[in-house]
Amino acid sequence: MTSQTTAQEPILRLRGVSKQFGAVSALSDIELDIHAGEVVALVGDNGAGKSTLVKVLAGVHQPTAGSIEFMGKPVTLDSPGTALEMGIATVFQDLALCENLDVVANLFLGHEIGPWALDEVQMEVRAWTLLQELAARIPSVREPIASLSGGQRQTVAIARSLLLNPKIIMLDEPTAALGVAQTAEVLNLIERVRDRGHGVVLISHNMEDVRAVADRIVVLRLGRNNGVFTQETSHEELVAAITGASENSVSRRRARKLEEMEQ
Amino acid sequence: MPDPKTSPALDRSDSRVRHDEGISGAVRAFVDRVRSGDLGMLPVAVGLVLIAVVFTSLNPVFLAPNNLVNLLFDAAAIGCISLGIVCVLMLGQIDLSVGSMSGLASAMVGVLWINMGLPVVVAILAALSAGAVMGLIYGMLLNRFGMPSFVSTLAGLLAMLGMQLYILGPTGSINLSYSSPLVRFGQILIMPAWLSYALAVVPGIVMLAQGLRTMRLRAAANLSNAGISVLIAKTAMLTAALLIAVIYLNQGRGVPYMFGLFVLLVVIMNYALTRTKWGRSMFAVGGNTEAARRSGINVNRIRLSAFMLCSTLAALGGVLSAARLASSSQQAGTGDVNLNAIAAAVIGGTSLFGGRGSAWSALLGILVIQAISNGLTLLNLSSSLRYMITGAVLAIAVVVDSLARQSRASHGRA
Repeated sequence: MTSQTTAQEPILRLRGVSKQFGAVSALSDIELDIHAGEVVALVGDNGAGKSTLVKVLAGVHQPTAGSIEFMGKPVTLDSPGTALEMGIATVFQDLALCENLDVVANLFLGHEIGPWALDEVQMEVRAWTLLQELAARIPSVREPIASLSGGQRQTVAIARSLLLNPKIIMLDEPTAALGVAQTAEVLNLIERVRDRGHGVVLISHNMEDVRAVADRIVVLRLGRNNGVFTQETSHEELVAAITGASENSVSRRRARKLEEMEQ
Repeated sequence: MPDPKTSPALDRSDSRVRHDEGISGAVRAFVDRVRSGDLGMLPVAVGLVLIAVVFTSLNPVFLAPNNLVNLLFDAAAIGCISLGIVCVLMLGQIDLSVGSMSGLASAMVGVLWINMGLPVVVAILAALSAGAVMGLIYGMLLNRFGMPSFVSTLAGLLAMLGMQLYILGPTGSINLSYSSPLVRFGQILIMPAWLSYALAVVPGIVMLAQGLRTMRLRAAANLSNAGISVLIAKTAMLTAALLIAVIYLNQGRGVPYMFGLFVLLVVIMNYALTRTKWGRSMFAVGGNTEAARRSGINVNRIRLSAFMLCSTLAALGGVLSAARLASSSQQAGTGDVNLNAIAAAVIGGTSLFGGRGSAWSALLGILVIQAISNGLTLLNLSSSLRYMITGAVLAIAVVVDSLARQSRASHGRA
């Protein structure tokens, strides 16, 4: 899959993107390509700039330098609304759902059908269709979000990002707060989203999840690119790229364990 | 599309959900909702019955048709102010200056119309625009400087009180002519009986037509329906209640036009809050501002609209109370007007914490407040006692709101 899509023009192309907060460079010279129908994992340690990069792509922050090309055309993402309209949907780590509203209202928030006379029937039908396409298990779409479990909320958030038929969806730590079964559900969901032809950017600290679904793994370190890997890359190599050295606390710990085992 | 006869409805395919159908289902769902802390209009209904029983036993005049007509005349002005308060409470904000705003509006009508001789319509429009401008200022203070509405409206309260005293000048009071249409509207004008009966039947017809249309659409879309029996029962209950109320009021003077105007505003606001994109955005901003912003809602514009609506409705309330009292005085809008308006919204079920509420809460809440005030006046109790009792009722309402909120949280209903 990766080999055939990389030949095409990427949906999103970042070149030399930098972001500075005062004296701190959160991102410097970032390069990133995202194609249709692939899952790109963005990994890195705390403070590597993953979330800043997501916020730049979501239109929350504006880059200080560099160019962003979307479908081959240079673009400026100056607000969350612009990014959404263009076709870049984001599922934030805190999900950003309104607990006092029901599932349908949350799915269509800001994009209701019929601004002057809400078409509840059509919205409910589309909500059910979308949730069924994702094989999501939501018992009722007329219950407030507050009554849903963590995994169900994650599903609603992902379904909402798909509503406008975006080209790319970005997931910030989608499995961080979930149990084993729910994590598997979300990973299945990510694969289904990819198979629908969307580009997926997945941010996660969980190497297992990343290796389970990602077609490419992009490593960030201290705000810079630090290599692109695939599922076949060994755990050690990935950790080395993330921490910046083959000699680090993770490898030392592993070596110590190995020694103990041998003794 | 699957055949609707063989496959379950789209929203009924999950076996974990209990499906309430028919009247028994509707009753069961209602009991469940109340148990989980979603009290809705229940406390108000109970409160009104309690108030009626207590005051009637103390003074039978309370339930006399003409006393109730007076009560409705009095309720309209503060009710309008309360309707605006519902808007700002919905966002989790507050406007403490609605009393002063109404006082200033009433003073403006007096000065522009009587003292300066402008047409009354111009005076009213000027007062309403002043309200809109004030709301715009509050909204911008919040959007630009992050100034809490609690503080900005407190400042506005003082400033507008000063403005009211300033434009009224040393005499401090302007009498409005009793024969003018405005004062007649506020004191005398009553709907003819045929009109009041017609208006009592209209809501039922609209509800039935709407309900049948929704049922048809839902059936066509393979969605479940609660059943026609529920719809008919609801319509019948609503129409019966309204007809009884109107027949009773027509034993006295009848239904005031001013109260009709207030109910019309409530109905419009209810439609705007529940059936439009703007209303959905109001709930969203009140529930989770950041989520609303990220879904592309223009939060600043929603806030501006809420504050402008609130201040404009407060100004309208001021105009109506000037009409009711036939004067613009320094006392207008002072005293308990402010808190009564806020209390009415909260008593009616609009949450102080944002994201929950309804336009009807202004109507129901103001009926409670006005009934208490009216009953205490009939008992010849001094205003000192009135203040204390109204204060206690407000405290109880807020406690009920908080308890219901905790219960909802523990039942997973936000």
